[in-house]
Amino acid sequence: MTALLEVSELRAGYGAVRVLHGIDFSVDEGEVVVILGANGAGKTTTLRAISGMIEAGGRVVFDQRSIVGRRPEKIAAAGIAHVPQGRGTILDLTVEENLRIGAYLRRGPEIESDIDRWYSTFPRLKDRRAQHAGSMSGGEQQMIAIARALMARPKLVLLDEPSLGLAPLVTQELFRTLTDLNRADGISMLVVEQNAGLALNLAARGYVLEVGTIVTSGSAAELADNDDVRRAYLGI
Amino acid sequence: MNLDRVHVTRLVLALVLVVGAAYLFGWYIPQFKESATTYLWAEAFYIGVAAMGLNLLTGYNGQVSIGHGAFFGLGMYTTAILMQSHNWPFVATLPVAAALSFAVGVLVGFPALRVKGLYLALVTLGLAVLFPQLTSRFVPHDLCRTCGTSQVGELPRIKLRPPSWTPTFIKFNDQWAYYAALAIAVIAIVGVALIVRSRFGRALIAVRDHEAAAETVGINIARVKVIAFATSALYAGTAGSCFVLVKRLATASSASTFQISIELLVAVVVGGTATVLGPFIGGVLVVFSDRYISESFPKTLLFWHINDSVKNLLSPAIFGIGLILLMYVLPDGIVGGGRRIATVAIRRLRGRRTSPAPT
Amino acid sequence: MSLFLTQLMNGIGSGAVYASLALALVLVFRTTGILNFAQGEMALYSTYLVWYFTQHDLPVWIAILLSMAISFVGGAAIERVLIRPVEQASPLVLVIVTIGMFLAINSIAQVQFGNDIKLLPRAYPNKTWLPGNVQISSDTLVLVGVLLAECLILYLLLNRTRIGLAFRAVASNPESSRLVGVPVGRMLMLGWAMAAAIGALAGALVVAPVGLQGASMQSILVYAFASAALGGFDSPLGAVVAGLIVGVAGTMTTQYLHAVHDIELVVPFGLILVVLLVRPSGLFGSTRVERV
Repeated sequence: MTALLEVSELRAGYGAVRVLHGIDFSVDEGEVVVILGANGAGKTTTLRAISGMIEAGGRVVFDQRSIVGRRPEKIAAAGIAHVPQGRGTILDLTVEENLRIGAYLRRGPEIESDIDRWYSTFPRLKDRRAQHAGSMSGGEQQMIAIARALMARPKLVLLDEPSLGLAPLVTQELFRTLTDLNRADGISMLVVEQNAGLALNLAARGYVLEVGTIVTSGSAAELADNDDVRRAYLGI
Repeated sequence: MNLDRVHVTRLVLALVLVVGAAYLFGWYIPQFKESATTYLWAEAFYIGVAAMGLNLLTGYNGQVSIGHGAFFGLGMYTTAILMQSHNWPFVATLPVAAALSFAVGVLVGFPALRVKGLYLALVTLGLAVLFPQLTSRFVPHDLCRTCGTSQVGELPRIKLRPPSWTPTFIKFNDQWAYYAALAIAVIAIVGVALIVRSRFGRALIAVRDHEAAAETVGINIARVKVIAFATSALYAGTAGSCFVLVKRLATASSASTFQISIELLVAVVVGGTATVLGPFIGGVLVVFSDRYISESFPKTLLFWHINDSVKNLLSPAIFGIGLILLMYVLPDGIVGGGRRIATVAIRRLRGRRTSPAPT
Repeated sequence: MSLFLTQLMNGIGSGAVYASLALALVLVFRTTGILNFAQGEMALYSTYLVWYFTQHDLPVWIAILLSMAISFVGGAAIERVLIRPVEQASPLVLVIVTIGMFLAINSIAQVQFGNDIKLLPRAYPNKTWLPGNVQISSDTLVLVGVLLAECLILYLLLNRTRIGLAFRAVASNPESSRLVGVPVGRMLMLGWAMAAAIGALAGALVVAPVGLQGASMQSILVYAFASAALGGFDSPLGAVVAGLIVGVAGTMTTQYLHAVHDIELVVPFGLILVVLLVRPSGLFGSTRVERV
């Protein structure tokens, strides 16, 4: 079975500063894969390279088509939804408008039923559907961002540090929701995180990224048992 | 000091350039060129001075002003009135114009603290546009019959001849205007260079780049910004004084103050905001391009015969298109871009990979 | 009293023109973050086109609509060709580019069409009504009517259509919009296109009574800038309200403070200075970080 997302020798950077030095990883359909790394490791760069926000070199094959070097709009159309770092909420739009714009590439009456569906998954959003997204809390904005990504009915969701800036309880609830989404709907996810504990609970497999190279990989259980990982990311 | 070949060649080159420039500008142009050219160079000098002053505010301190035509006009009218109605010699009017411009700059700088970015640009635009009205209100009517209108104020009684204390090689009016402007330009350049290298200069940049951080290291933001405003006003006002000597008249309509404000801003960007001399050179270029665009026009373009009126109308188009193209090719201005290109070229010649300098 | 109301009406009429052009400025600013000094000259060129078409015996309203269509395309082209390459450059560079455009478009228009005064045929009959001794000219009614229509159409477009939503998304957060598949570049072109079309309409209507020549749009641009700043540069509603205020203030001052030249300029800029000192982001502007 070929992977949904197959990445090899991925190189990316900003100007003359190279951040990723040729990394390999993959995501199978229905999987949650996590990439762990500290600040500056290149986690955000990885996701941005996949979604086309920055130039990249190497092989990136999604759904058996090469997407490396293509524009973000086209990659989104191919079925990848990227929830950027810091949520990327569109602040001047209302909650509902944020959801609606997530479905920009779709047409048809199912958009409305999808909106209702995500309102039932995230009831707090429904309460504030007409409120400006900019006035919502961090946790609520994270829900908006995820719901917006899901409105596109993507094949793969990229999540950039979803726990960043969120209170612990909020983060736990968030990851529970992500787990449910993956189990119930089979939504494939690639999550980059610093919070290894929650991430390894959610994911099936993981990689460890350090200064632009993958140093370890394995199943979530293996990584959780790995001494280096435990020292560096779990504080044990 | 390690005097290797590169350093020696550089020193010799610099020396040659300086001596050449000193001869060209100190002697050749004022002594041998006809008065129209001499006056044009004088104009280039004072516009360059005003542009350098504006760059202190806009480039180094990040406050964009489209209103420096007002300070220019202030210096202009101060000098004109003192010379015309009170028979002051030109040189005596300079400190008054400078001080007055500085003071008004302080007055404007304070409320400017409240307004940021785009809105500041528009407020200064308002200043430039309103200035002529203010002149017609605050200057006694008999001294200023044409203040605030688009008419030109005549100044028949001002002394245009070189004063008696000047050396004998300054014989004619145009030479006097030229040398005066040149002297002021040199002083101004030295002044800006000193400011930029001083603690205040670093404070200017710190406030521009990161106000909050600058405050935490003890920089008084308000003081820096207001003084930046006042200093740039001083430069513009001094340039305005020179205008009187060079153009032999005084004028300030809303259109002209606006025009000068834009001209100065263009000079700053064309020359490059990151350097001391950039805006000065930008000013010189702006003044000369106007003259030479219309003079070097071809007489026919394909089958289209270009008569004079068309030429006059098209010159702004050429200038405008030239500006746009320049911004594509050299967005850091000619001096800034030139330095960048030279750095890259030198690195390539030495075989090293170039790396972008963090700003 | 009737004189007061008459001048009020006149002020609202001129204000409608400033409001239209201010709306164009705000549209461009909201999407591309640029202060477009050339907006007035683009409208000037469009108005010359209207004159040109009427010279070739096209009915006035057809000429205006045709000019609007051409301006729509032209505005999009200008964004794509002239502005896009430097969009990421410093704001100063962008100001210079639009100034360059100002000079170029103004002189090209005059060379292409001639710099004598052109008379445009009226698009509507010149009537004056006198309800209760208050003079209301057809100019005022048409200008205000057009402004209201523009506002309504824009409102519906931006708030009730898919494209309008995409447009607003790009104006707020281009990166996130890109991630959901919105063609950001096309939305920027749309902003410029709409602004150009609005400018074309405003120019054609305001110029008809007085004649068209090279400097026609320059003072209007100044007032439009004043209105946009007064209203808060990121607020279309602010632009419209402020435009009307500036228009009324202008005619009132001319009427009641008989003074020297250019007194009409004192009003808008005096207003800006006062308001911005009290509310530094304009009457309706949001206090978000902006460029320049």
